[in-house]
Amino acid sequence: MGAREYFSESHEIFRQSVRRFVAEKITPNIEQWEEAGGFPRELYLEAARQGWLGLGFPEEYGGTPGDIFHSIVLTEELIRAGSLGLPASLLSHGIALPPIVTFGSEELKRRFVPGVLSGERICALGITEPNAGSDVANLQTRAVRDGDWYVVNGAKMFITSGVRADFITAAVRTGGPGYGGISLLVIETDTPGFSARNLKKMGWWCSDTAEIFFDDCKVPASNLVGEENQGFGYIMSNFQAERLSLAVMCVAAAQVAFEETIRHVKTREAFGRPLVASQVVRHKLVDMATKIDAAREYTYRVADLFQSGVNCVKQVSMAKNVAVECCDFVADEAVQLHGGMGYMRGTVVERIYRDCRVMGIGGGTNEIMKEIISKLILA
Amino acid sequence: MSDDLFGTEEHRIFRQTVRKFVQEELAPRAREFDKMGRIDKSLYPKMGKLGMLGIRYDPKYGGAGLDYSFSAILFEELAYCDNAGVAMGITVHTDMATPALHQFGSEELKQQFLVPAIKGELVAALGVTEPGAGSDVAGIKTRAVRDGDDWVINGSKIFITNAAVADFICLLCVTDPDARYNGYSMIIVPTDSKGFSYTLIDKIGNKGSDTGELVFEDVRVPRWYTIGEEGRGFQQQMIQFQDERLVAAVMAPAGAKRLFDITKEYCENRVAFGKPLSKMQVTRHKFADMLTRITAARELAYHCVRKRMRGEDATLEISMAKLFSTEVARFVADTCVQLHGGYGYCTEYAAARAFVDTRLLSIGGGTDEIMKQIVAKMIGL
Repeated sequence: MGAREYFSESHEIFRQSVRRFVAEKITPNIEQWEEAGGFPRELYLEAARQGWLGLGFPEEYGGTPGDIFHSIVLTEELIRAGSLGLPASLLSHGIALPPIVTFGSEELKRRFVPGVLSGERICALGITEPNAGSDVANLQTRAVRDGDWYVVNGAKMFITSGVRADFITAAVRTGGPGYGGISLLVIETDTPGFSARNLKKMGWWCSDTAEIFFDDCKVPASNLVGEENQGFGYIMSNFQAERLSLAVMCVAAAQVAFEETIRHVKTREAFGRPLVASQVVRHKLVDMATKIDAAREYTYRVADLFQSGVNCVKQVSMAKNVAVECCDFVADEAVQLHGGMGYMRGTVVERIYRDCRVMGIGGGTNEIMKEIISKLILA
Repeated sequence: MSDDLFGTEEHRIFRQTVRKFVQEELAPRAREFDKMGRIDKSLYPKMGKLGMLGIRYDPKYGGAGLDYSFSAILFEELAYCDNAGVAMGITVHTDMATPALHQFGSEELKQQFLVPAIKGELVAALGVTEPGAGSDVAGIKTRAVRDGDDWVINGSKIFITNAAVADFICLLCVTDPDARYNGYSMIIVPTDSKGFSYTLIDKIGNKGSDTGELVFEDVRVPRWYTIGEEGRGFQQQMIQFQDERLVAAVMAPAGAKRLFDITKEYCENRVAFGKPLSKMQVTRHKFADMLTRITAARELAYHCVRKRMRGEDATLEISMAKLFSTEVARFVADTCVQLHGGYGYCTEYAAARAFVDTRLLSIGGGTDEIMKQIVAKMIGL
C-alpha cells in the first residue's frame, strides 16, 4: 500500500511486525475490550516492548529511532483491529509527552518521560474544559503560585486516558485572561484534590474519556513545562502533530471499512446476484476508493512536509478536514452496504461509524480548521 | 400551520391527549426504557384507552374511525418521547404490523387479534426480513406448509422490532415456492406457540426497542390465521409497507425539529470566543439550512398524508418522502452533534442519541436504495 517515496524497507519490516502482533494479540480481543470499555493495562508494557511507545522519542529517555512514517505505519496497522478508541488511548502519550520533551526542563524529562515510554505509566493531555473547547484561549482552570507550589483549581473535559492516567499535561491559567496567561503544568493524578469521572460516549468505547476536577491540587512549581504563560504557543505547536495523526487515523479507518465492505458485497446476494453485481453498489465502492486514495495521498504529502520542518499549519488543517470527510463518508456507505447487519453491534463497520464521528470534533473541530485556513488564505 | 390538516377542535384535543401521555408517561422514563431495552409493556393498555392504537381502524373493532391526519399527530407527538426506539415499537404495532390485518383479515381473525391489539392487550410485531433477505423481500425462505387445518412453519426472521414484547407476529412466509410472487402468505403467529423462540440483538442506536432474531421450528398455527388470501402475502405486504413508510416520513421531520429546538437553546447559551455560538454567522447559517430542510420534508410528508386521506395511491410520494425525510433527519442530527462539540459525542445528550438513532432510518422499512428503485420504476425508467 505504502507509496515508494515515503516508505523504505525499514517501514515495511516494521509494518509486517505490527500487523502480525495486531492480528494475534489485538484483533481477537477487540470486541471484548470495546464492550468492557477498556483494554488491559499490560498492553502498554507490550507496546513498549515492541518499540511502539518510544517511536520517534529521544533514545536517552527510552525512545526508539523512527520517523513520522513509522508512526503512520503503526497507526495504520493498529486500526486494522477496527477500533479508533484503542490507538487513541494506547498512544495518548503522543499528545501528552511532546510538550515535555520539546519545552520541558531536563529534570522534568527525566522524571516523566522514561516511565511512559517503558509502558509503566500512562499520561494524558488536558486542554479542553466544560466551557472551553475550541476556544482554548478562554480556559478557566487556575494555577496560583504559592512558594514552591502551584495550587490548581478547575475542571477538564473529554480527556482521553484521563481516568487511567498517572499524570496529566494540563493547560492552566497562571496569568491574566486570554492566550497570554496560559501555562502547561504536569499534574500527577495521585495529588490530593484530583478526581476523574468516566464519560459515556457514542464511540471510542475502549478508550477512557474523563471529566477531571482539580480541587486545591498542590503541584510542585518544578512541574511547569517551559516558561510560565507561554503555554498557548506550546499547545498550538503540539496540535499540528495531533491533527496530522487524526488525519492518518481517519484514512486508515476508512480503508478498513472499505475492505470489510468489499468482502461483504462479494458474498451477500440480493435479487438473485451478489450485491457487487449491482451498478449502484459498484459506483459507491468507486467513490469510497477514490476518496480514500485522495485523502491518503494528501495526508502522506503533508506528513512529509511536516517532517521536513516547513510550516504547514494550513496543509495540516486541510488534511484533517479532508480525511475526516473521507472517513465519515466511507463509514456511512459501509454501514449502508451492510444493510441491517451494519446497524448491529459486533459488526466492524458499525463500530467504525460510531468511532469516526468524533474525528471532526476532537483535536480541533472542522469549523476551527476552517477558521485557521481562512485566516491563512485571507490574510 | 397546516390548518387544512389539523385545524379542527377534534385534532387539537387529540394532540393534547397524545402529548400529555407522551410527556407524562414516556419522556420521563426514556432512559429507563433504554436500560430495559424495551418499553414498559403495561403502558399499552393505557394507550389503548386513550385511542392511540386504532386511530384509523373501524369502530366496530374498537378503532376510532379517524383519518391519516390523526395518525400524523400520533407520529409527530411520539417523536417527542425522547426515545426513538420506543416510538418505533409503538408505531410498529399501530402502523406496520396491523394495517394488513385490518384491511384484509377475516372477521374472526380481527376479533381474535385486532380487537385486543387496539385495546393494547396484545402487542404486534411484523416479521418480513430474514438473515438472507432484507431489501429483496421476494428472497425470503421461511416456509409454511399445509398440514390439514394447520400451517407448519419453519425458518427465521431478523431485525424484528418488538421481538420481546410482541404477543403475535404478522409473519410473511413462502407457501408455494413455484408460484413466484403469488407464493407468499401472511400468517399470524402467536409468540406463545410451541417451537417459537427469539434472541435479542444489540444495535448502535434505538436502544429502547427490542430488536430480535426470531426462529420458527415446526411452529403450528391454524390455517384460518392467514391474513387475507393465501398466496397474496407479498402484495399485501407491499401495501402495508406504505403505512410503515409514512410513519418515517412524518416522524423524522418532527424528531429533527425537536433536536433543532434543543440545539438552538444550547447555542444561545454556549459562549465561545466571547459571544454565544448563535451569534456566529456559520452557526446561524447551519440553523437556516436545518429549518429549511425540516420544513420541506414535513410539507412533503403532509402531501402524502393528504393523498392518503383522499384514498389515493401515494407510493411514489411516500417513497420520496421517506428518502428525503431520512436524509434531513440525519443531516440535522449530524449538524446538531457538531454544534454541541464534545458534548454532542456523549450519550447523555439528545444529539448523540439522534445521531445513532437516525442512522437506522436509511435502512429500516426499505433502504434508501430501495426507495430510489421504486421512484425510478414509477417514473417510467
